Amino acid sequence: MPEQALAGTELWAFTLIVVGGLATYFWRALGVALSGRIDAGSRLFEWVACVAYALLAGLIARMILLPNGPLAEAASPDRIAAAVIALAIFFLTRRNIGLGVAAGAGALVLMTWGRGFF
Amino acid sequence: MSSSEPSPSAAAAVPAPRRFASPREAALAGLRDSVGIPMLVLGSSYLGFGSLVQGAGLDVWLGLFSTFTGWALPGQIVVIELYSLGSSLFVVAAAVAMTNARLLPMTVALMPYLRAPGTPRWRYYLFSHFVAVTAWAAAMRLCPTLPASQRLPYFAGFGTALWSMCLVTTTLGFYLAGGLPGFVTLGLVFLNPIYFMLVFVADARHRGRILALVVGALLGPPLHLVSADWGLLITGLAAGTLAFGADLVLPKKTQGGGHA
Repeated sequence: MPEQALAGTELWAFTLIVVGGLATYFWRALGVALSGRIDAGSRLFEWVACVAYALLAGLIARMILLPNGPLAEAASPDRIAAAVIALAIFFLTRRNIGLGVAAGAGALVLMTWGRGFF
Repeated sequence: MSSSEPSPSAAAAVPAPRRFASPREAALAGLRDSVGIPMLVLGSSYLGFGSLVQGAGLDVWLGLFSTFTGWALPGQIVVIELYSLGSSLFVVAAAVAMTNARLLPMTVALMPYLRAPGTPRWRYYLFSHFVAVTAWAAAMRLCPTLPASQRLPYFAGFGTALWSMCLVTTTLGFYLAGGLPGFVTLGLVFLNPIYFMLVFVADARHRGRILALVVGALLGPPLHLVSADWGLLITGLAAGTLAFGADLVLPKKTQGGGHA
């Protein structure tokens, strides 16, 4: 298979980004073409939204609990604690996303830095 | 029914009608309106995306190309994450298509507020590229209050400014991640999951979608361990369908609040 020879190369990443871009723009163009002819509030689209939410929630949970790449170098308890801190600050600041994100990322940096002393 | 959920968007308050001197002025107003909180939050998220690209060992041009052509952050993160895992072309295409299928109903909902007589059709196809949650929510809120000829220019101006800034922060994030100590880079890469975690928590008001988030988060990591290749697709389909079905079957708390 050509995929195996290409896997991990820049050309392969480029191919995946092109395919990802096409798979994204396809829905926008279809939306322009179908507007006025279909109901955006139908049950089919509610199912579509549920699938997208579930897939992304699964990806986010996996990135926090079982990351690959640089995040794998942070300790698991630190990543989980940082996510909890982000949620706590988000709710304490009347649902401010910016502050929650800053607190979570900052907490992970500080905890990882602190571990360097032990 | 009360007006607790006027539209599927996060847009709550209806702004006072605005009228600009010309379509050109409307485009410039869109450009100006995007500068502020939306640009700050999304710009920082793309800072995280740039560092994710750097962490995956890819070139900065690939990150820029992704922001230029993809322009919907969740799908872009899916591509980079699945590339790092060595997933097949089919899995990547299917996962991105499932992640971004929500752009279809979003575009369908926005189009009536963009149309103006005499506008060539290709312009709608061109500017539909800017349909992603931030510019979409702004246009859904403001465009209905504008004269028809100023709506597409406003959306185009807003989208162009946001898109340009995020190309800049993608680059910035890439080089910051390469230049800063490892423990700071961690924080930048961590922006990706944390940002979307909070966006989803903030946006979750529809019972089916809340269930989808919870079941998806519970199934995602174990299914990844079962199959790194198919885990994500199965999580989306299984947890999403389960949540959608449960929402249909379970009794409604308030009558008529569901699928309007």
